[in-house]
Amino acid sequence: MAVTQDQLKTLADKARRIRIDVLKMLNGSGSGHTGGSLSAADLATALYFYKMKYDAKKPDWKERDYFILSKGHAAPLLYTVLAHAGFIEHAELCTLRKLGSRLQGHPDSKCMPGVEISTGSLGQGLSVANGIALAHKIDKAPNRVYALLGDGELQEGQVWEAAMSAAHYKLDNLCALIDNNGLQIDGPVDRVMGVEPIAAKWRAFGWEVLEIDGHDMAKIVTALDMAETVKRKPTAIICRTVKGKGSSVFEGKVEFHGTTPSKEELEIALKELSEETVCR
Amino acid sequence: MGGNVTQKVATRDAYGDALVNLGKKRTDVVVLDADLSGSTKTAKFAKAFPDRFFNMGIAEQDMMGTAAGFAVAGKLPFVSTFAVFATGRAWEQVRQSICYPNLNVKVVASHSGISVGEDGGSHQSVEDIAVMRVIPHMTVIVPADGPETLQAIEAVAEYDGPCYVRVGRNKVPTLFGEDYTFKIGKAHVFNEGKDAAIIATGLMVAEALKARDQLKMEGIDASVINMSTIKPLDVEAVVAASRRCGAIVTAEEHSIIGGLGGAVAEALSEAAPAPLVRVGIKDKFGTSGDFDGLMKHYELSAEFIVAAVKEAIKKKR
Repeated sequence: MAVTQDQLKTLADKARRIRIDVLKMLNGSGSGHTGGSLSAADLATALYFYKMKYDAKKPDWKERDYFILSKGHAAPLLYTVLAHAGFIEHAELCTLRKLGSRLQGHPDSKCMPGVEISTGSLGQGLSVANGIALAHKIDKAPNRVYALLGDGELQEGQVWEAAMSAAHYKLDNLCALIDNNGLQIDGPVDRVMGVEPIAAKWRAFGWEVLEIDGHDMAKIVTALDMAETVKRKPTAIICRTVKGKGSSVFEGKVEFHGTTPSKEELEIALKELSEETVCR
Repeated sequence: MGGNVTQKVATRDAYGDALVNLGKKRTDVVVLDADLSGSTKTAKFAKAFPDRFFNMGIAEQDMMGTAAGFAVAGKLPFVSTFAVFATGRAWEQVRQSICYPNLNVKVVASHSGISVGEDGGSHQSVEDIAVMRVIPHMTVIVPADGPETLQAIEAVAEYDGPCYVRVGRNKVPTLFGEDYTFKIGKAHVFNEGKDAAIIATGLMVAEALKARDQLKMEGIDASVINMSTIKPLDVEAVVAASRRCGAIVTAEEHSIIGGLGGAVAEALSEAAPAPLVRVGIKDKFGTSGDFDGLMKHYELSAEFIVAAVKEAIKKKR
């Protein structure tokens, strides 16, 4: 069942609105990770509004697909997506990182509906995704598991332990998306600690590998559909992205890894994202 | 207590049996090991339930995360390897992926303390109780013998939340009979002495009982308490022992820093101060040797508990 042009247009517009809400939220909180939330916005949008099965009113629904945000610092993106999907009210987004909020700096599954596991310490999410995928394999259940990793995160050794075990256990119900935005806190990934060739590494570990433009909605949904047809091995989708994607204020700027937009920067970004007013 | 001290069972063997029993009763139990299933005795479960056993290879960090994933999906995972790797190599995975989200994962680690003997200091975990105890949400249990291990495994399976259970390689005397009931967080008082109380855990409970009998011959009436749950600590039992005896000795096959001795010291100093002498490994790494030799080398065997009790009594005003 091919995706229609109308569907793609709707998804792209959804991603645009999610970026706007992410930026407003980060401007409001004054603390949080901007660049990596924006780079993965199209990927998360495609997962939640095209591919995944879930029931926002019943987060522990047995037939749901699972999403693990291994790059937990993209929490602002996850919370915004969860609000758009109906897990929480939009109004709650303004509580990000505040004392008593369910919207912790990094996702906390104890309090946040729709968050399957607490993440934030990098390199751990894929192992958890493997466990969920294995559990459904032994139950012969059709649920699928998606994990989103950063490219800098690939420097963590545990990622490769998990890559090995996912292939060993032939987890074809698992799909890892790599947000290959090329930047990490201290600078370009290839200068801090090179991780290339990324695709060849995952192939060598026994994974099916797809390489796409991570901002091309048609390519993203096609890759997600293809991953579902792969048998007896897990799929890694290497998504080439731009850190801070959506506005010239943030694009490719390493300083926006862990800083938030000022009011002026937000205004510019919202104009570029075709949003006239700052609703605060 | 109805136990038969001439009968000896390693707590890891009891763990292996307990897992098989549990696997028969509950289909949600899954077991993960990191290439040590023969040693940790999870191989018994692997043989009985091959579809629910997962060898994760020599990759403890990934194993902890995978166990967390099983728990997210509603399974009851038991994870085993040597104590030094489970609690050291994978400490942050236990913290972030298991304890922080408060997941129902049971980490049961064998070859704890100096019980791994000849392998030496790289493999002897003398810090595991301390580093597990400090993590919020974590329950820490050190069974004293085979029967208590069987019951402890049943108990942690019933309990909802992360648990660390420490089992050993060596055969230890059976102290408990069928009349014994293990409860998480409840100490067992063997006898209420009046001169000093020995609070012991794990294989040191048998040593404490030997020390008590020796002391009795010398006219000293010492209480022996099995503190198999280190966290949550049975503070009531510690306070009662302090009020009754006025002097406390702790005995553990672990560093005197942060383990049973540390936990008891915290409870005593806040609730019922009394002189305390800690028998344990005195801020040192392990070393190669046979088990009995190591028990003397690290001043853990019964005669050192006897000396500690006398020292504690001397400290009484």
